[in-house]
Amino acid sequence: MAGLTLYDKLWRNHLVEQRDDGSALIYIDRHLIHEVTSPQAFEGLRLAGRRPWRLDANLAVPDHNVPTSAAERAGGVAGIVDEISRLQVQTLDDNCLAFDITEIPINDLRQGIVHVVGPEQGATLPGMTVVCGDSHTSTHGALGALAHGIGTSEVEHVLATQCLVQQKMKNMLVRVDGKLQPGVTAKDVALAIIGQIGTAGGTGYAIEFGGDVVRAMSMEGRMTLCNMSIEAGARMGMIAVDATTLDYVRGRTYSPRGELWEEAVAAWSDLHSDADAQFDKVVTLQGEAIQPQVTWGTSPEMVLPVDGVLPDPAQIENPSRREGARRALEYMGLQPGTAITDIHLDRVFIGSCTNSRIEDLRAAAAVVQGKRVAPTIKQALVVPGSGQVKAMAEAEGLDRIFLDAGMEWREPGCSMCLAMNADKLGAGEHCASTSNRNFEGRQGIGGRTHLVSPAMAAAAAIAGHFVDVRSLQETDA
Amino acid sequence: MKSFTVLEGRVAPMDRANVDTDMIIPKQFLKSIKRSGFGPNLFDEMRYLDEGQPGRDNSQRPLNPDFPLNHARYRGASILLARENFGCGSSREHAPWALEDYGFRCIIAPSFADIFYNNCFKNGILPVVLPAEQVEQLFAALYAEEGYQLKVDLERQQVQTPTGETLRFEVDTARKHCLLQGLDDIGVTLESAGAIRDFEQRWRQSSPWLFDVIGREQR
Repeated sequence: MAGLTLYDKLWRNHLVEQRDDGSALIYIDRHLIHEVTSPQAFEGLRLAGRRPWRLDANLAVPDHNVPTSAAERAGGVAGIVDEISRLQVQTLDDNCLAFDITEIPINDLRQGIVHVVGPEQGATLPGMTVVCGDSHTSTHGALGALAHGIGTSEVEHVLATQCLVQQKMKNMLVRVDGKLQPGVTAKDVALAIIGQIGTAGGTGYAIEFGGDVVRAMSMEGRMTLCNMSIEAGARMGMIAVDATTLDYVRGRTYSPRGELWEEAVAAWSDLHSDADAQFDKVVTLQGEAIQPQVTWGTSPEMVLPVDGVLPDPAQIENPSRREGARRALEYMGLQPGTAITDIHLDRVFIGSCTNSRIEDLRAAAAVVQGKRVAPTIKQALVVPGSGQVKAMAEAEGLDRIFLDAGMEWREPGCSMCLAMNADKLGAGEHCASTSNRNFEGRQGIGGRTHLVSPAMAAAAAIAGHFVDVRSLQETDA
Repeated sequence: MKSFTVLEGRVAPMDRANVDTDMIIPKQFLKSIKRSGFGPNLFDEMRYLDEGQPGRDNSQRPLNPDFPLNHARYRGASILLARENFGCGSSREHAPWALEDYGFRCIIAPSFADIFYNNCFKNGILPVVLPAEQVEQLFAALYAEEGYQLKVDLERQQVQTPTGETLRFEVDTARKHCLLQGLDDIGVTLESAGAIRDFEQRWRQSSPWLFDVIGREQR
C-alpha cells in the first residue's frame, strides 16, 4: 500500500466518523473568529438555544473593519467613525462576552490580522485542524496544519459541534526545485504558481508545497505561499514540519512548554508526506526560472514577470480567456503590448495577511531606506499585520525608514486589502499592492490593483512605476 | 433551511468566467450583522451605475442598462446560468445569501469554486455542474428565446430543457440528502455527539497541548 500524504495524515488524525454517503465528520482543534463572518453564526446559536461546544478551541480578533489611522484608533471601538463598522466590531465584543469566548480586543498589543495573530500567538500549531470564516485561513497550513476557510453556516456548525462535515479532497503536490534568485520572494513563487496552474487549477485539491525552495523558506515566506493557495483555487495549502517550523513555534504564548513541548515535537515528527505517498497531481517549477511577478489584470492568474509585456487578447485562442483578457485590460485602462515597467502607479499598499509580517516589512524597508517616494505617488501605506509586528518593526527603526521615505505608518488591520475601512483606492487609480486579490473593485470601486511582493511594491513607490527591484539593489551595491 | 426538490423557473445569464464573490456582493455590504436583505445589492457594481452603500434606498439608484438582470426578459429568474469557476475568491456566505435573497435557487455552471459550492448547499441553493458544451448550448438557447425556462430535478439529478432534452448532473449523496430534506445539519451532527465526545477524549489524551490553553488566563 502506498504511503500517506501530509493531508491524508491530518485527515486521518481528526476523523471522528466516516459516513456511508462519502462524507466524514472532522474534529476541529482551532476556530479563529473575526467580526465580519461571525455575527450571523452567533445569532444562529442564540435562536437555537445552543452554546459553544468547547470554549478553549476558539480565539477571536477584530481585523477587517478596524481603522488603521492612529487618531481614529485611539478611541477604541467607540472611536470608529463608520457607524456600521463600529456596530460590527462592537457586536464581536458583545458576542465574545456573552458566549465566554476569548477575544483579543481592538487596541490590545496582540491585535492584528487573524492570520498573522494565530501563528504569532502559537494559537495555531502543527498537526491542528484550523478553520476560520475567511478564505485565507489556508495561511496556517504553513505550520503543517490542515487549515481552510469556511462560510458562516460552518462557523456556527463548528461553534456548536466542534466538527465539520467534510468530503475528502484530492492530493496535489506543488514542488519548487532549486533555488530562488536574490530579490525573488515567496510572493513571486505564489504568483508564478497561480500563473502556471490558473485560479481554478487547485479546485478540488489540498495542495502540499514542497521542494528545496520551500524547504529553504522562512516561516513568514511559507505563510505567504500557503495564504495564496485559495487564489490557485485550493481551499488549503500546507507544508511539512521541519526544524524551521519548530524554531518558529517554540516559546510562543499558547505553544506547549517543558515536557509537553517534547511530546508535541515527537508527535509532529510524522507531519510530512511519506516517501512513497501518491499524489493525484504533481506540478513542478524551477526556482531559478522565477522572476519578480506583477499582475496586470483582474484575476491573480493574469500575471507576468516584471520584464513582460501585456498580452494582446486577439492573440489568445480560447474564447473565454480572450474575453477575460479584453475585459481586464479595459477595466485596468491598459493597452496590449505595454511593458509592465511602463505601468505608472497612484498608490502603494504594503500589508494584508499575505505580506504584513516582520520579514515583509524588513524587505520593503531595505528597498526604501534613504530614498523618497516618487512625487507622483499620492499615498504609500505600510500597515503591519499585528501590534506585535508593529512593535518589533519600531524597535528595529523600520517605521522611521518608511516615514522618512514619505510613507505612512499605520495601526494593524486588513486595511486596503479589501477596503472595508477608510483605506481605499479611488476610481481609476493604479495600486502596487502586497495583498492577494486584484478583483474588480476589491480595493475600492474602480480601483486598479497590481499584486506584487513587498520589495517590488517598495521599489514601485520609489520609481513611481514598476521596476525590477533587483536593478535598484544592484545600483546600490 | 429551505428544501430543494424540483425547480421550474426562468433563467438569467451571467456570461463571464471567474465571477468572484466580491462581484456577487461587494465588501461594503459585509458590514451587516444580519443574514437577509442582501438581494437588492446582488452584483451591485455591475447592476447599478453609482456606488452602493449599505442602508441606501436602492430603488432610487440608476440601473446599468447593459446588465442582464435589469432586462425585463430576465425578471423573476430563479436559475442563474454562469461560466467556469463561479464564486471564486472570498469565503463570504453573503454571496449565496444575496443570490437567495434575490430569488435564485439554482446556479448552473461548468465549474464552481470549492468554498462557494459548499456554502450554496447550506442555504437551499443547488449548484449544478454541467459540461462546458452543454452550458454553451444553454446560453445559446437562453439568448434565442425570451422567457426561457428550465426544470431542475434534484432527486433525479437532471436538468430538463423546454425541448424535452434531459441533462444529467452529479451531486454527492450527503449534500443531496440534506438539501432534499432541508435538514439543519447542526442537528444532524449533534446526533453523533457521543462519537464526538469519544474522539475528543482520546485526542485530549494523545495531544494534551491542544486543550485548555486559550482562556487559561481568564480561568
